[in-house]
Amino acid sequence: MSGSVLLLCLLVIGVVAYWLGRMRANALAGAKLSSMHSRSSYHGGYTFVWSVLPALLLLAVWVSVSPTIVETTVARSFPQEVLTAAQSAQNLEFGIIRSIARGLTLLSSSDAATLVNGTGDVRALLSAKGVPLAGDPKPYMMTAALELNRLTAISQWLMTVAVIALSLGGLFFSLKAIAPKLRARNRVERVILGSLIAASSVAILTTIGIIASMLGEASHFFSMVPAHEFFFGTVWDPRFAAAGAGNSEGQFGLIPLLLGTLYIGLVAMLVAVPVGLFSAIYMAEYASPRLRAFAKPMLEVLAGIPTIVYGFFAMITVGPFLRDISAQINGIATGNFQNFIQAQSVLTAGFVMGIMLIPYVSSLSDDIITAVPRALRDGSLGLGATRSETVKKVILPAALPGIVGALLMTASRAVGETMIVVLAAGVAARIQINPFEPMTTVTVKIVNQLTGDLEFTSPQTLVAFALGITLFALTLCLNIYALYIVRKYREQYE
Amino acid sequence: MNMLSETAVEKVLERKMTNAALKMSGKDVCVFYGEKQALYNVNLDIRENTVTALIGPSGCGKSTFLRTLNRMNDTIDNCRVTGRISLDQDDIYDPSIDVVELRARVGMVFQKPNPFPKSIYENVAYGPRIHGLARNKAEFDEIVESSLQRAGLWNEVKDRLNEPGTGLSGGQQQRLCIARAVAVSPEVILMDEPCSALDPIATARVEELIHELRANFTIVIVTHSMQQAARVSQRTAMFHMGLLVEENDTDKMFTNPDDQRTQDYIMGRFG
Repeated sequence: MSGSVLLLCLLVIGVVAYWLGRMRANALAGAKLSSMHSRSSYHGGYTFVWSVLPALLLLAVWVSVSPTIVETTVARSFPQEVLTAAQSAQNLEFGIIRSIARGLTLLSSSDAATLVNGTGDVRALLSAKGVPLAGDPKPYMMTAALELNRLTAISQWLMTVAVIALSLGGLFFSLKAIAPKLRARNRVERVILGSLIAASSVAILTTIGIIASMLGEASHFFSMVPAHEFFFGTVWDPRFAAAGAGNSEGQFGLIPLLLGTLYIGLVAMLVAVPVGLFSAIYMAEYASPRLRAFAKPMLEVLAGIPTIVYGFFAMITVGPFLRDISAQINGIATGNFQNFIQAQSVLTAGFVMGIMLIPYVSSLSDDIITAVPRALRDGSLGLGATRSETVKKVILPAALPGIVGALLMTASRAVGETMIVVLAAGVAARIQINPFEPMTTVTVKIVNQLTGDLEFTSPQTLVAFALGITLFALTLCLNIYALYIVRKYREQYE
Repeated sequence: MNMLSETAVEKVLERKMTNAALKMSGKDVCVFYGEKQALYNVNLDIRENTVTALIGPSGCGKSTFLRTLNRMNDTIDNCRVTGRISLDQDDIYDPSIDVVELRARVGMVFQKPNPFPKSIYENVAYGPRIHGLARNKAEFDEIVESSLQRAGLWNEVKDRLNEPGTGLSGGQQQRLCIARAVAVSPEVILMDEPCSALDPIATARVEELIHELRANFTIVIVTHSMQQAARVSQRTAMFHMGLLVEENDTDKMFTNPDDQRTQDYIMGRFG
C-alpha cells in the first residue's frame, strides 16, 4: 500500500475512532452527563489522537529510515571493485541501480523478463518509459535492482501492517481507557498545545537552517578570499569571464555595494517616510470614516503590487522621464540639451522604491497612531489645542516608539529589496555621491553572481553567500536596534 | 430653634446664588447621535463661581450635556446639536466662534486621568505653551507652580517635575489633569465623573480641591455619586432619559425635591 493510501486509511480509522469514542462516552454517561469528567467530543478527540498520532509518527520514521536500510543491505552484495571505489563513483552507480529499479516497475512483465535475462536493450527500453540512465548498466546492477525492488516491497508491506496495527491498537487502548474519571479534555488540550509549539518551532528552525547553510557556503568563500579583503575592499571586480580559469583572482570589495545599498535605501526612505507618515496622520486623524473605508484599502493595494512591476515602472517610465526632464532643464539653463540624470540611477531606483514603501510606512504608522488612546486626544483638544497641535505634541510623541520601529522595519525592507534595483539602479559597482548616476546594491550583485552556469566552487559564485549573510546581519542589526529604541522610549513614556 | 437657623442659612445661600451672574446657559438643547436623540430640549443655566452637579442614571444624557458646553461633541462623528448654548451671552455654536478658543475658556477634566506621556512640568505647561500664555522660562515656571499649587499637588511633585506624569498615582494623575486645565486660566471647568477611577482618599482630596477652585472658576461636574453631588455642589440638575427632570439648589434637591423621579433616584429606587 502506498503512503498516500495509508494516510487515507489512517484518517478513516481516526474518524471511526472519534465516533466510537463519542458513542462510548455517551453510553457511559447515560442520562447523567455531568458524571463524566469531559464532554463526549473530548473523548472522541482522545481516541482520534491515540489512533492517528502514534501511527503517523511510525509512518514518518519508517518512510525516512527504511530506504537507507534497504540500500545498505543491497550495497552489501556489490562486487568488490565497486565497494572500494570512491564515494562519488559509488553514488553514481547506485543512482543507475535506482533508475533501473524504478524502470522495472513501469515495464510490462514480458519486457521486464527480457531485461532480467539480459537479452533486451536496457537503456532503450527504459528511456521509452521516461527513465533515462546515466550510463550503461553493468551486469551486477540488474540483480541489485531486482533485490532493491524486492526489499522495498517487503518494507512497504511491513510498514502498512505495522502502521495499521499500531493505529488499531491505539484505538482499542483508548476506547478501553474511556471512563467517567478519564481527563480526556486535559489530554486533548495537551496535544493541541504540542501542535502549536511544533508549528512555532518550524519558523525558528527554518531560520536557523537558513543561517547555517549560508554560513557554510560563506565560510567556503572566506577560505578562498580573506575576510578583510571582502569587508574592507573598495573595488568590486569579480572577473566573471575568467571564472573557472586558473588565475581568476577577482576583487571582492563589499564597500561599493554596501554604500550603494544604503544610498538607494536612504533616497527611498526620504520619499517614503514623509509621504507615508503624512498620509497615515491624515487617515488616522482627519479623514471621515467613509473616506477612510475607501482610501485605506486603495493605499494598501500599492503594497500588493509585485516589486518586479515596480521595476518595470522604474525602468520604462520613471527613468526615461527623469532623463528627459533633466535634459530639458539643462537645455533651458545652459542651452545644452545634455541630460544630467541617467535613466538608471540612484534617484530612479530610490524614488520608485520609496513609492513601494509608502503603504508600509503609512499602514504601520496608521495602526500605531490609531492605537493611541482616545483619552489623550480628548485631553489635548479639551485644553483648546487644535488638531495639528494635538497630533504634533501629544499623539506623535506617544506613538513615536512604534513609529520608529515601523520605520526601521521599512528600512530593512529597503535594504533587502531586489527587483526594483536590479532593473533601475544599474550594475556598475562604484563609490560616488551623485544621485543622478547609477550605483549598485548587494542584492543586485547576489542576483548577478547566481544567474549563469557557474559551479558552486569558485569564489565568483560563493561570494553571493557572503553577500547574503552580510545583508542578513545588516537587517538583523536594524531590527535589533528598532527593538532597542522601542523599549527605550516605552520606559520613558509609561 | 435649630430649624429656624437652618432656614436662615438656606435663605442667605439662596440670595447669594441667585445674585451670582449667569455664566453659561442652554436653551432648548437637543443632541443627536446619528438618528438617535440623546437630549430633549434641555434648558439649564450655569451660574458663575458655583459648582453645578449633573446627576442621573447611566445613559441619561448628563455627560452628553456636559460635552456640549465646550463642544467636545464635535470630535464624535455624526453628533448633531440644536438649540442655543451661550457663554457670557455669546452663542458658542455660532460659526464665528473659534472652537479652540472656546475650549481654552471652558476647560475639561475627564473621567479617567489622562496625563500626556510627558513630564509633570510639560503636562501643566502644555496649555500655556499652545496659547502663548508665557513669554519665558520664568513665566512658565510660575504658571506651572501656581497651577500645581491650586490643584494641591505642588508639595508632592515639586522635587520631581521632570518625571513622567504617567508615573504618578491615580489620584495624583487626576489632580495633575486638573492643574493642566487650570493652567490655561479657563473661566469654566467641566468635570466628567472626575473621581470615578479614584479611591476614597484621593476622591476626598479632589472634592476638597473642587471646593477651593470654586472661588476662581465656574465648575460643572457630572457624578454618579449622590453623596459627592451633595458634598461639592450648590446647584444640582437631575437628568433622566435625555430630559432635564429638575434643577434646584443642592440642599433642596437632596431634602425635598420637587419631582417624584428625583426623589426616587436619590432614594435609590432606580438607576
